[in-house]
Amino acid sequence: MSDALFAVTAAGPHVTFQDAGRAGMMRFGVPTSGPMDRASFAAVQAALGNPPDTAAIEISPGGLTLTCLEGEVTLAVAGGGFQVVLDGVRHGAWTVLTVRTGAELAIRPGFWGCWTYLAFAGALQVAPWLGSVSTHGPTGLGGGRLAAGQTLTVAETRRRAGPPARIPLPAWARPPNEVPVVLGPQDRFFAPETIATLLREPYALSEAYDRMGVRLRGPALPPNAAMDMPSEPIARGSIQVSGDAVPTVLLADHQSTGGYPKIATIVSTSLDGFVQLRSRQSVAFRAVSAQEAVGIVRSRDAVSRRYLQGLRQLGA
Amino acid sequence: MAAAYPAFRPVADHAILVEFGDTIGHAVHDEVLRLDAALSAHSVPGFLEAVPAYVNILVRFDPLVSDHAVVEAALRRLIAAPGSAPRAGREREVRVCYDAELAPDLTRVAEATGMEPEAVIAAHLAGDYRVYMYGFAPGYAYLAGVPEPIRLPRKTAPVRDVAAGSVLIAGPQCLVTTFVMPTGWWIIGRSPTRILDGGEGDRPFLFDVGDTARFIRIDRATFDAEAAR
Repeated sequence: MSDALFAVTAAGPHVTFQDAGRAGMMRFGVPTSGPMDRASFAAVQAALGNPPDTAAIEISPGGLTLTCLEGEVTLAVAGGGFQVVLDGVRHGAWTVLTVRTGAELAIRPGFWGCWTYLAFAGALQVAPWLGSVSTHGPTGLGGGRLAAGQTLTVAETRRRAGPPARIPLPAWARPPNEVPVVLGPQDRFFAPETIATLLREPYALSEAYDRMGVRLRGPALPPNAAMDMPSEPIARGSIQVSGDAVPTVLLADHQSTGGYPKIATIVSTSLDGFVQLRSRQSVAFRAVSAQEAVGIVRSRDAVSRRYLQGLRQLGA
Repeated sequence: MAAAYPAFRPVADHAILVEFGDTIGHAVHDEVLRLDAALSAHSVPGFLEAVPAYVNILVRFDPLVSDHAVVEAALRRLIAAPGSAPRAGREREVRVCYDAELAPDLTRVAEATGMEPEAVIAAHLAGDYRVYMYGFAPGYAYLAGVPEPIRLPRKTAPVRDVAAGSVLIAGPQCLVTTFVMPTGWWIIGRSPTRILDGGEGDRPFLFDVGDTARFIRIDRATFDAEAAR
């Protein structure tokens, strides 16, 4: 049960500490934050037998390189098609490995995906803010961003016996061609032809993509009337249309309120795959009713529960 | 488009936006506060959190436990229940220094309104402020109640790197910033009052939505001493 120590030798931008999120603080202007891809985050924790809210590291295509200074610990990586290189040996993401003193671990972007998760079998030592270590990107509050030169401590370490294990890649972890949306809450600000455009044309993710949201590229979605709505609360997954008729999908670190109309909102469980789309990749939006959206989330939960139970058998 | 209020609008699988009107005002916000208070006192199946704003309130729920129809029915009962009062807001004091160096836009506000800078300050201090919502960034509490004579539209372009603690006005709104951020609002002073560390109990920050605020003028020496704490 000794500690493992790691030195961060390189960390790209948008590499942050995250746990399951900081719920219930939206009324104070604080979004939930937490993992962009909540399904892959859940997988990495289950594969190690960790509680689902354990602190982990979210890694962007900027990548992360660590050296193990001391100790020995099992870790898992899941999310996107990233590469995991341990002492020069390549593994895909979706793997459980054990690292020892002197090991060099590099996590780099692969052929697909934008976000991957590194969790340890143990307790990563990070100071919380408002009860959570999740990093709020725009301010850096919470655990914060990782930077070269930093040291990480994992307490209460556990080791899994045996060779590296594969974490099965579930279908919902892949970027989708199409995501379900519930129209509104301000679809009434758009002409029927404009809503038809949103549901007919593909939209590509632009380069303006971070934890707050991603601007889309595609046919303009001009609001009907002069927009003069009072600022109102925003939900994660909202497709907000600014004055220039350009849609933006609001993500984990979204502003808690805003004054632009939301033409539609992506069903929550479909955001996990959506955020693994890369800039220039396209997606189509399909309208479902609110009741159908609840049905989608419930069926996914049933399948996902069985999947996560299976991962816990990997045993760390 | 004439809408009947309250309106219940589904938001994806996990929320309902309850709207009480489309124009900012005390009466509509009282409706928001009344439902907010009722939600903290009564249980709604699957309820996760409520986010109050100017004319509406977002009610988030767990779609594995509940759905829009169940939550909407519960919300309608809460709204219809007699005798539910808006939660009584607390008055919070915010100390503000109008020293020229900390108030780069005070002279421009004076010029734009045709008032002396001291009259702008007096008008700002005389405002009757209520926290309508939080937004933009953690701890950014939107206070409505800026008196008519000093209401100005926001600047045409935002200014970058505005200091935390800046006291800003735009139209009827005032806010005290908590981070270095860009803003297109008018910077008329600086406050040493801690908003982010100013909470207690369930309330992490100085204000809850529905609280009122009173600005207290302090001089530069007092500001420097309090800001250094």
